[in-house]
Amino acid sequence: MDIFLQQIINGLTTGSVYAVVALGYTMVYGVIQLINFAHGEVVMIGAMVAFTVITSLAGGALPAPVILLTAVVAAIPVCMTIGYLLERIAYRPLRHAPRLAPLITAIGMSIILAHLALMVWGRNPKAFPQIIANPVFNIGEASISSVQISIILLSFTMMAGLSWFVYRTRFGIAMRATAEDVRIAGLMGVNADKVIAATFVIGAALGAVAGVMYGSYYGIIHYTMGFTLGLKAFSAAVLGGIGNLAGAMLGGLLLGLVEAMGSGYIGEITDLCQWSLTSSMLVEQCKDGGNFVLFGSNYQDVFAFLMLILVLVFRPSGLLGERVSERA
Amino acid sequence: MKIPTNFLHNKGNIAPMIALAIALIALPFALALVGTAWVRITNFAVLFVLLSLGLNIVVGFAGLLDLGYIAFFAVGAYTYGLLASPHLGVHLPFWIILPIGALVACIAGAVLGAPTLKLRGDYLAIVTLGFGEIVRIFMNNMAAPINITNGPKGIAQIDSFQIGPIDFGKVDTLGGLIVSGPIKYYYFLMLALMVVVIINGRLKDSRIGRAWVAIREDEVAAKATGINTRNIKLLAFAMGASFGGLSGGMFAAIQGFVSPESFILNESIMVLAMVVMGGMGNIWGVIAGAVLLSFVPEILRYTVEPVQMAIFGKMWIDPEVLRMLIFGLALVLTMRFRPAGIWPESRHRREMTAAAK
Repeated sequence: MDIFLQQIINGLTTGSVYAVVALGYTMVYGVIQLINFAHGEVVMIGAMVAFTVITSLAGGALPAPVILLTAVVAAIPVCMTIGYLLERIAYRPLRHAPRLAPLITAIGMSIILAHLALMVWGRNPKAFPQIIANPVFNIGEASISSVQISIILLSFTMMAGLSWFVYRTRFGIAMRATAEDVRIAGLMGVNADKVIAATFVIGAALGAVAGVMYGSYYGIIHYTMGFTLGLKAFSAAVLGGIGNLAGAMLGGLLLGLVEAMGSGYIGEITDLCQWSLTSSMLVEQCKDGGNFVLFGSNYQDVFAFLMLILVLVFRPSGLLGERVSERA
Repeated sequence: MKIPTNFLHNKGNIAPMIALAIALIALPFALALVGTAWVRITNFAVLFVLLSLGLNIVVGFAGLLDLGYIAFFAVGAYTYGLLASPHLGVHLPFWIILPIGALVACIAGAVLGAPTLKLRGDYLAIVTLGFGEIVRIFMNNMAAPINITNGPKGIAQIDSFQIGPIDFGKVDTLGGLIVSGPIKYYYFLMLALMVVVIINGRLKDSRIGRAWVAIREDEVAAKATGINTRNIKLLAFAMGASFGGLSGGMFAAIQGFVSPESFILNESIMVLAMVVMGGMGNIWGVIAGAVLLSFVPEILRYTVEPVQMAIFGKMWIDPEVLRMLIFGLALVLTMRFRPAGIWPESRHRREMTAAAK
């Protein structure tokens, strides 16, 4: 098997999921310059709702693609409602409070959402049912499944749709005006409350789709998944340049690739028996083809974080960053 | 500026203070009559008070949101665990390890803070959130190829404190009084608490403390008045981290066992809820918040479980879940309706409410 090509395919798939989640972060950040801490939990709830719909409809008369579509259609409004409530409860009342205040309410909301999900769906990980046949295609010595293809295509479609919405419609103009300056946009006749709420709601709808993508790809969902996923997607958004839609997409894909490559090769690279300098010191462990691996693929989750730190040190505005991150 | 000679600002009327002191001295023996478990619970409450006082420096004084504070606690706890247990075969005395733990946590804080503190506050929040998770991943995985942390199994048989002939892990009798291990720790913790409260009080009124307030209220203005905002923020962050490391060391000794499970995100949130609910920036408010929220799990254990069993005959809501819901709600509701906390500092109240209008 061609590990290199395979990891690129896997990386692009996870990267697409990160990218869609990152779009939600970057939109909200672009408009109100605040992190939506609970976005990861919205994605998780999207996956959970889809799970419930699929398991209750599976085995019935409906064909599998219709069930999956129903699941997505059911998850979107639930997530949109949560996104709206999030804005109303955690952000709107505190829009003029010190910056610390909405961050604290948002983290509170994310804890509440995660534990409500725990109450509804239970503590154990759920196996996300694979109801659609998932044929696998071979590319050289690597393989790509149709779920992977759909995830990659869907995320690009959503990204294109969102760009059209933000850059080509009246509402998009209002959104960008609000991002520039809430007060001046208000003077120009933009209803800033409405625009900000819509930003949260659209981000949440994308999150719902991302949740279903995540579930279909990994096959396992858990009430704590929003935390890590959110953290990674946020890192992706920062990497691409927070506030920038194309940046979120680029950051997501890059992060997915880095993670896949990293977890695929870190074991080999940090195997001290490979390196003549260190293997002479570790004769005992290295004889008979033994190995001495410093970091295995269980450190996979560390890459996103390392990348986040590196970006913040060397290029805080991200790859395609448009705004200076130190705007107070 | 007049330097307050008494940080309590409570001159003249010392009778209530003496009464409180006597009550606190007698408390563990009274609790021991009910059960040693209660002394232990009280000890953990005091430990959380220490921890929230440390976080208060970061969140309350300097206004920096740290969401991975428990990681510094973990660093301190693991430092203690590694240097005083059969795991590595090292047995150093506690008065050497506690400062080492604080120092290691302080360095971790500085390394983490340096790249992020020159950026806006929300970056710090997310980086600390990630750091908390990374520390846990490392603790979980550093069992191979060299076994450093013993992985998810954790480090057991950690030495207890020992001062001369007094071993904190053993029961002594003092003139007829039975002084158990937890009671000894209680007095040690109280002593530590006093020191930390005094340090905090002095810090708050110091030049550095006023610089923190200035940064919290308006960073640009603070910079304009000549404050080196990055270094002062870094100082707050590193100082908060070292208090976390110190508390972590004590936690390891009291518990006798550390594992990655004790240092999950929920614990960071709990400490944050204590600081926020008590009143960011106000030492006494934070102490009140920490004591109040420390007993929530115990209260729930004795109320929610029996009540649910009586009404439904089975458990609908796990007390642990309810606990986290309460902490989440505490964060949201406090910020929404009483943004300066239940016991706010006057300056902070002005700041939080004036802006909210």
